[in-house]
Amino acid sequence: MFRTALRNVLAHKARLLMTVLAVMLGVAFVSGTLVFTNTISDAFQKSSAKGFDQVDVAVRAKYQEDKGNTVGKTPELTQAMLDRSARVPGAADAIGVVSGFTAIADKDGKLIGGGFRSEGGNYWGGKDPRYPLKDGSAPHGANQVAIDADTARRAGYKVGDTVRISVDGPVLKPVISGIFTTDDGNVAAGGSLALFDTATAQKLFGKAGTYDEIDVKAASGTSQTALKTSLDGALGTRLVETTTGKRLADDQAQQISSSMSGLKQGLLVFAGIALFVGTFIIANTFTMLVAQRTKELALLRAVGASRRQVTRSVLIEAFVVGAVAGVTGLVAGIGIGAALRSLMNTLGATVPDGPLVITPGTVASALAVGVVITMLAAWLPGRRAAKIPPVAAMSSLHAKATTKSLVLRNTLGALFSAAGVATVLAATSMNGSDGQAPMGLGAVLLIIGVFILTPLLSRPLIAAAAPVLRVFGVSGKLARQNSVRNPRRTAATASALMIGLTLITGMTVMAGSLQKSIDKMASSAIRADYVVSMANGNELSPDVDKKVSATDGVTATSPLRNVYSRIDGTGESLTGVTGSAIGQLTDLKLDSGTFEVGGAQAVVDKETAKSHGWRAGSSFTAHYEDGRSSRLTVSGVYEGNELIRGILLDDSVVTPHVKDPGDMQVLVKTAHGASDATKDRLEKALGSNPAIKVQDKKDLSNSIAQTFTLILNMVYGLLAMAVVVAVLGVINTLAMSVFERSQEIGMLRAIGLDRKSVKRMVRLESLVISLFGGVLGIGLGVFFGWAAGELLGTKMPTYELVLPWARMAVFLLLAATVGVLAALWPARRAARLNMLSAIKSD
Amino acid sequence: MTTTPVAGRATETVAARATDLSKIYGQGETQVVALDRVSVDFRQAEFTAIMGPSGSGKSTLMHCVAGLDTFSSGSVRIGETELGSLKDKQLTKLRRDKIGFIFQAFNLLPTLTALENITLPMDIAGRKPDKQWLDRVIEMVGLRDRLGHRPSQLSGGQQQRVAVARALASRPDIIFGDEPTGNLDSRSGAEVLGFLRNSVRELGQTVVMVTHDPVAAAYADRVVFLADGRIVDEMYRPTAENVLDFLKQFDAKGRTS
Repeated sequence: MFRTALRNVLAHKARLLMTVLAVMLGVAFVSGTLVFTNTISDAFQKSSAKGFDQVDVAVRAKYQEDKGNTVGKTPELTQAMLDRSARVPGAADAIGVVSGFTAIADKDGKLIGGGFRSEGGNYWGGKDPRYPLKDGSAPHGANQVAIDADTARRAGYKVGDTVRISVDGPVLKPVISGIFTTDDGNVAAGGSLALFDTATAQKLFGKAGTYDEIDVKAASGTSQTALKTSLDGALGTRLVETTTGKRLADDQAQQISSSMSGLKQGLLVFAGIALFVGTFIIANTFTMLVAQRTKELALLRAVGASRRQVTRSVLIEAFVVGAVAGVTGLVAGIGIGAALRSLMNTLGATVPDGPLVITPGTVASALAVGVVITMLAAWLPGRRAAKIPPVAAMSSLHAKATTKSLVLRNTLGALFSAAGVATVLAATSMNGSDGQAPMGLGAVLLIIGVFILTPLLSRPLIAAAAPVLRVFGVSGKLARQNSVRNPRRTAATASALMIGLTLITGMTVMAGSLQKSIDKMASSAIRADYVVSMANGNELSPDVDKKVSATDGVTATSPLRNVYSRIDGTGESLTGVTGSAIGQLTDLKLDSGTFEVGGAQAVVDKETAKSHGWRAGSSFTAHYEDGRSSRLTVSGVYEGNELIRGILLDDSVVTPHVKDPGDMQVLVKTAHGASDATKDRLEKALGSNPAIKVQDKKDLSNSIAQTFTLILNMVYGLLAMAVVVAVLGVINTLAMSVFERSQEIGMLRAIGLDRKSVKRMVRLESLVISLFGGVLGIGLGVFFGWAAGELLGTKMPTYELVLPWARMAVFLLLAATVGVLAALWPARRAARLNMLSAIKSD
Repeated sequence: MTTTPVAGRATETVAARATDLSKIYGQGETQVVALDRVSVDFRQAEFTAIMGPSGSGKSTLMHCVAGLDTFSSGSVRIGETELGSLKDKQLTKLRRDKIGFIFQAFNLLPTLTALENITLPMDIAGRKPDKQWLDRVIEMVGLRDRLGHRPSQLSGGQQQRVAVARALASRPDIIFGDEPTGNLDSRSGAEVLGFLRNSVRELGQTVVMVTHDPVAAAYADRVVFLADGRIVDEMYRPTAENVLDFLKQFDAKGRTS
């Protein structure tokens, strides 16, 4: 049997090609993901392990949890602790580490790395073992900085150059005193590192006299654990915790691989979609192969093969196909992994050097995915093959692809679809997160239902296209009839395309609607002309508010200052604002009470009020991190939104209680509204700090749009694979149809259909099938987009459904293009068919 | 084209003519001569049968004359048109407009009804069928009550009658049949042959048919015998016995030589 199966694979090489390609693409996606994520996480782990070479034991402050109305806090690591650490037995040396965000601008004033992975720290003493100097000398005083060699090379900086640096407020312009090399994991990953002397770093990062970490180096002969024990003895374990360097490296490795696994899983989901689409093609191919080989299989049965042997021969064929696809997919995947890494490098996100990691797990999963998926998809056709009666060997006619009635199928499909629609609709009336699970379930049910129903749907939907097809004369008529001739096959082919387009359309509808609603929220809730914020979302120093309010033409400003407090035993974020100005800067819808912020008066959003059971007039006590508290009154309850929510109170009430206050944003109102000149003045007032964004409403909309476009494009890119697989499916189905109908095509040619019309006939059939899949997919996608929006709408008052008509037209056009492209080769084949041999073959 | 019923054999107008027609496959050692300088006329309103043992070139001759296959040398004319100089597109158009076909394996489109199959050549040409003529053809083949059926709902004989009607419906200059009764039982075969003969007698149609069945050949006005790519004899007003006798005799000659 094995030999028969193998011969069959070889005999049908060309016909199996598309199947192999489809499986191969999915496998390549899977193995590419695995190779890529393994490679970079391995590289990061190696480089970060090196970064801990200088640390034998790290001393860190132990966070004191919130308790009752006491705000939790992180104890300070003082100079005294550092001195004590350096003196414990077995310690050779101790370094105080200070770190914080520090962005460096390149020579054009742009942030290196866009402000992400921009770190700053302290250079310890005259010679810091962590950062060997390559050039120049250690930084001294507020006016000097040392930067890492990679950043210096990238930006073209030399010792003696002045650089623009931003921490959390106005720009700094120190001189580069030295350039150092480092094994720091962040730098290896393409980040930048700027070092100041310790006192400057402490001042800049708001940690005067204290450290973030104390790194202790063991004397020779002392183990890390011994040192840890003696440090624990000297410092106690209540306020600080000690960790060995080895443990730190292990933790870091763990963290890197877990952060990679998120990326990995995300990519694998899309690989899974591509593979799922692939199963339709595999099942289709084997169904067609079995139908074409009816006589052969019947002969096997007639000469004594059992049903199981027939099924097995089909499955063995599937195994061979899957294995070939698995191996080629793996090779392609390794290529993809390598290509992705170099792509990341050219995009500026440096990945540390390291070998391409191909684990046995990757190889095993590539092969397993290829083989298992193919065999699973071929299982049903295999069983059908076994049902061929031996007598079919004697019949000269082609077996009908399947004559089984669609009644059972349609009933089942209708049940699934109805259940799906009902569940989705029920979910839309639920509240936010409660509805998520039912909605997902309903979506899956509906997709399965529609898939089962596609043969039924194909007739009316394709009949609807008849008037258009009639324009093409006989070719159009024949194309229409051919496309509904085998509804199951058409359905499976169209479904493959449907799935990709459902996802693409659904995502587009949701993203468009979300973007619109966030945009509306941002613009409708804000009266300010400008919003000032940090490029990377960090907090701004209170200096920014002061600088801005002193700028010409500015009439009102308010920070949105984040202050953590405990109220009634739960943690609440307070937002300190300028009470007198906030009314002019925002346009919040008042639910009850009056909008009054100042002194003890605070306004609270509806959700927070509800969770505490407050109404306008209620009083509460907020406990701060310094142990003090204030008694506040709810003057009004407002509708919160993405930008402004929670408890708003005057910053003069909260600021005294915070050691290092920071503002998420500063809202600015100007006398003459937003204009380029005003924006320019504001930027100048902040020292043209590249890390600080000054945005008017239009900029805000643009940046919201940009974020959505970026995400959407990524999703499109990832779903493109599923569409490509679907194209292979259409090619496959057409090629098989042309093969099966060669006798008919031969006859048509003989009685006078010219080559062009034959080509057109195949092309139109392809177009009809693709558009059928496209229409179904877009329809389902819109429905899911709408339903998901209804769910989101319960959380976002400004949510509104935006139907992207233009995009939908593009998707339909995409489906049509798929149809035309997929028909290229089969149509050529059909047109070139040798008439005489086609007519004679039966 | 004439529609006047013509009794018996032959006016002298030639519907199709092959002159020194040769068809050679392969080259050198492996060269096979399928047709060796064959010259034959198919007269209008005549029913001709081409006979010969398998490998004699009878199908090849028909395919070449019908514009389905290319030939190596010589000339073929359908009416006034010389086929040798035609490109594929023109050949296709010629087949569409001037020639009708009946195949052994019926070759109907399963997705079309009987009527749609019958009018298919005209659909392809984008012509409206001549209603009266169509009615007459349908009447003749007796398919009136089967027009809405699909091929799968028809018997083999009925399917071949559809094929005959399809060939007749567009009033081609000449109809070629490739073993049109090869897949039929003798009763259905007789029916189909009867229709073909009637179309010649009553409608003045020209029919050329390849067959290996002496009974089928007996329906023709004339039988042309082929062997080894050459025309070896011909016979007018054949009967099944005559043809069988000739074939036996020919067979014996073939064996002794």
